[in-house]
Amino acid sequence: MSGMRGLSVFISDIRNCQNKEAERLRVDKELGNIRTCFKNDKGLTPYKKKKYVWKMLYIHMLGYDVDFGHMEAVSLISAPKYPEKQVGYIVTSCLLNENHDFLRLAINAVRNDIIGRNETYQCLALTLVGNIGGREFAESLAPDVQKLLISSSCRPLVRKKAALCLLRLFRKNPDVVNADGWADRMAQLLDERDLGVLTSSMSLLVSLVSNDYEGYSSCLPKCVKILERLARNQDVPQEYTYYGIPSPWLQVKTMRALQYFPTIEDPSTRRSLFEVLQRILMGTDVVKNVNKNNASHAVLFEALSLVMHLNAEKEMMSQCVALLGKFISVREPNIRYLGLENMTRMLMITDAQDIIKKHQPQIITSLKDPDISIRRRALDLLYGMCDVSNAKGIVEELLQYLSTAEFSMREELSLKAAILAEKFAPDLSWYVDVILQLIDNAGDFVSDDIWFRVVQFVTNNEDLQPYAASKVREYMDKIAIHETMVKVSAYILGEYGHLLARRPGCSARELFGILHEKLLTVSSPTIPLLLSTYAKLLMHAQPPDIELQKQIWNVFKKYESSIDVEIQQRAVEYFELSKKGAALMDVLAEMPKFPERQSSLIKKVEDVEDTADQSAIKLRAQQLPSNALVLADPQPVNGTPPPLKVPSISGIKLDNESASQTQSQPNGDLSKAQSQIPSADLVGEMVDSLAIEAPPVDMGSHQRVYREEDGIPDEVDGTAIVPIGDQANKVEPIGNITERFNALCLKDSGVLYEDPYIQIGVKAEWRGHHGRLVLFLGNKVTSPLTSVQALILPPAHLKLELSLVPDTIPPRAQVQCPLEVMNIRPSRDVAVLDFSYKFGTSMVSAKLRLPAVLNKFLQPLQLTSEEFFPQWRSLSGPPLKLQEVVRGVRPLSLPEMENLFNSFRVTICPGLDPNPNNLVASTTFYSENTRPMLCLARIETDPADRTQLRLTVASGDSTLTFELKEFIKEQLIAIPMGSRALVPAVPVPAAPLAQPPSPAVDANDPGAMLAGLL
Amino acid sequence: MYFQIHFVLLVSRQGKVRLTKWYSPYTQKERSKIHFVLLVSRQGKVRLTKWYSPYTQKERSKVIRELSGVILNRGPKLCNFIEWRGYKVVYKRYASLYFCMCIDEADNELEVLEIIHHYVEILDRYFGSVCELDLIFNFHKAYYILDELLIAGELQESSKKTVARIISAQDQLVEAAKEEASSISNIIAQATK
Repeated sequence: MSGMRGLSVFISDIRNCQNKEAERLRVDKELGNIRTCFKNDKGLTPYKKKKYVWKMLYIHMLGYDVDFGHMEAVSLISAPKYPEKQVGYIVTSCLLNENHDFLRLAINAVRNDIIGRNETYQCLALTLVGNIGGREFAESLAPDVQKLLISSSCRPLVRKKAALCLLRLFRKNPDVVNADGWADRMAQLLDERDLGVLTSSMSLLVSLVSNDYEGYSSCLPKCVKILERLARNQDVPQEYTYYGIPSPWLQVKTMRALQYFPTIEDPSTRRSLFEVLQRILMGTDVVKNVNKNNASHAVLFEALSLVMHLNAEKEMMSQCVALLGKFISVREPNIRYLGLENMTRMLMITDAQDIIKKHQPQIITSLKDPDISIRRRALDLLYGMCDVSNAKGIVEELLQYLSTAEFSMREELSLKAAILAEKFAPDLSWYVDVILQLIDNAGDFVSDDIWFRVVQFVTNNEDLQPYAASKVREYMDKIAIHETMVKVSAYILGEYGHLLARRPGCSARELFGILHEKLLTVSSPTIPLLLSTYAKLLMHAQPPDIELQKQIWNVFKKYESSIDVEIQQRAVEYFELSKKGAALMDVLAEMPKFPERQSSLIKKVEDVEDTADQSAIKLRAQQLPSNALVLADPQPVNGTPPPLKVPSISGIKLDNESASQTQSQPNGDLSKAQSQIPSADLVGEMVDSLAIEAPPVDMGSHQRVYREEDGIPDEVDGTAIVPIGDQANKVEPIGNITERFNALCLKDSGVLYEDPYIQIGVKAEWRGHHGRLVLFLGNKVTSPLTSVQALILPPAHLKLELSLVPDTIPPRAQVQCPLEVMNIRPSRDVAVLDFSYKFGTSMVSAKLRLPAVLNKFLQPLQLTSEEFFPQWRSLSGPPLKLQEVVRGVRPLSLPEMENLFNSFRVTICPGLDPNPNNLVASTTFYSENTRPMLCLARIETDPADRTQLRLTVASGDSTLTFELKEFIKEQLIAIPMGSRALVPAVPVPAAPLAQPPSPAVDANDPGAMLAGLL
Repeated sequence: MYFQIHFVLLVSRQGKVRLTKWYSPYTQKERSKIHFVLLVSRQGKVRLTKWYSPYTQKERSKVIRELSGVILNRGPKLCNFIEWRGYKVVYKRYASLYFCMCIDEADNELEVLEIIHHYVEILDRYFGSVCELDLIFNFHKAYYILDELLIAGELQESSKKTVARIISAQDQLVEAAKEEASSISNIIAQATK
């Protein structure tokens, strides 16, 4: 710039500095100079002031602190002449941020320029406010800025700045724009002919609807019109096309805005939008010119997101996946990156997963891409798409990649590999292989949780123990092994080394020898572990090995005086104990099985990724794990016909057994007895880390089932002698079926039905919109029950699949029938089990409601006020938010009511509502049609009258809101079945034998059956 | 500023924030299209910075240090995006200069990449084949032009012609003011002769 010689000289000086030190000296000198000038010279000419202020900005830009002169910069804003004013505005908006005190001084001057008549001054002021305006600006300037934006006398130049300025103020304080008053004006702005103003206005709209789309529905068709106009290139001035593409930015913004509306109701608008989207999807080609390519693909990727958001028809979706599949293998790295990124987003769509799997080889190739950004995307995608079918391939690739990955990625990588291996292992030995390999390849990055977990699996699976022991034994032969490997090997060999005793190189003495070699190389926390292993090896040595005893006692003696308390104590105690011989057997017996808990690894990742909405982890949580690793699972593997089982050997035995083991051997585990020592106590820590906050395994209900069963038979045997003719009337259910059903609605296991001959128990597991019920059909008497029939009458919103029910239940036997449930959409209708059997010659049948009710598809979720209120506000009014005054409520105290809500998985969020008489609650609903859907509720109670309250329910889906509201109402009203009473399902008196229920007819018309029942 | 306690933070086991109280001036980053624009030379010298989200001076220096480290070390023929602290940085190299813009994770990367190119084309048109030296000695011009392109981190004008027209009008205003000033000083000079 001509004339600003001082500035140019200064810049040249800086450029000529040889090193950083010289530069600093020059800068300090200049700052001193400017400071003196500002201080002494009251009558500084505007030119000089301007020059100094520019220098300050330059120095600031170089990264030096400029802690004075802000006042001078701000004061230039109110200079009378344009050149000074311009400098004042620009430098102020660069030097200061919105939280700066000096900025307050400028508000008045800025406002004067905004409401003044000078268009250029208006522009300067609007730019400053748009770039650094804070809350205070929002409150004092928003009305003026709005006026400029909609004024017909203002030129586009001013209005487009006003639009973005208003956007900024709205971000700082959403109250400055009220949808009621502004929505119509916003819609008018979208009719704007000037594309500059339209672009800015569209940004404003995106910001408004991203906060709350409610009220802006009139903008929706206009957005579609704009998109049509651009896509067809109608009436777009040449200067607004970019490499031949009609303003790609405006296209992207418009599609972004549309993504904040939950859906597009109007069919014709929807149709025209899909036409445009189809045109974009099909009409975008890869071209040579980079910029044209980028711009057209920016539009294309935005169109892809919009298509995903709108949940288009299947064909369009598969078109999208096909496009993405093409992208991930192109040469252009940007397109490859975005292809992978969008494919990960695509995983959220259920149908897409199988098509994405076809691209697995290409995705694995991307894991080896030279670009870390692309590798990260590939890792995320692989993690997200992994399931039982492809786990083996993916995990092995991850392991391979681990050895070449950069350090910053290794920990994440090993954690993810461990989780996938655990979740989707086709068989357990493979899982053990993977984890050991992981420890071997990247021991430094394998957290303790990972090896604790593998120990837990080995302990709980007897079949696996010899395999694991032999596997770690192999690793011990390696020359250098990671300390974590030493730990896991020592633990496993101590417990199960004796299983290998006959193999070469695996006698107790040899195992001790090979482990003891490592002792010198490990750190002190590992030594106690090795000592435990020695004690166990010694105990297992059969026949007793005097030489080994001598060696091990020597070790114990050596550590008796260790400075480490943990080591010392173990050495002393093991030494004393091992002298006792037989007593040692009890104390050092194998560890009992661990209770099964949610994997701490998965928790860990969930915690880490709590913030990432679209993270693959969330998706992970919805997928069903492999059956191979489900521990202590009493249910047969899905799909196999349930075998006949007698209660005493049914799977539940495992639970009881492990419980009794723990109970009968409270001292069985020496290290547990020491758990007060704050050290790396293996078992204590393992249990802790694996069991955090997970509920204990529910055994009570099962025990009860069997107790009752044991108690009754005598009685039953007595009734069995009753003459046949009378029997039909005699078969009465024991207990109230309705009460049993209601109780099961709130818990997951218990008795569904019982009469003198049979007891039907239920155990259920729920995961997202899937559920798995197991019916336990127990014959209570000493003669078989025949012609057993079970038929499900599903309501329209559930998909139910009952496995084969055997025709006969042998005397005193129990049969398990798994039942798969899938929730398609929200509804309170109930599935009914039509159950019948023959005892002797009489037919007994019962229609039983199944506890697959709405609240089973809820997942508890507690929100903070920052999370709750924006959602609550954004769901305003019917049909998404419904309110009702409920009367005839059964009087409950607030804590009781809280418990009730929590029991049906609607979590109370304490402290959110300032009124202590109100409750605020949240939950997530899962069904196939809705995505996981956040539901919010508020209950306002009247302390004077506990029988009435006001209930407000909100969610993103109107049916869901309604159904949930009705559901909650039902739970609150005095007689729970009051509003939708179901006739209690009383067993129907025996039907004539010649007419057994015909499944074919019934299955064809469940609706009619249901209607009859209700 | 020296504080004994800078902030108090209560976090649950699940990582949910239950209470925060800030005594030092920490700033919260909110949703914005472009959080900042950064021009760095191949040698790591900063040529222009513009912050649309509130960063303190300290944070600004840290961001610049970290990012230029990452970007300058990236090889050629890689993609133009890096994932950085939960944000994405879109960057492109023009001769000896790197143009970087920081956006949210969910934003459209290619769109921003073309905003960078759009900016470069406008600079090119204004300076006539722009080079790093132009931007060093006329950094204020680069700021003027950026302000006509972006406000609040959002694109305000996608027509190069319109931006060029506005900038030249501004230049004329400055020139006019200068001539006026010099003619006044001439008058004064003559009057006092």
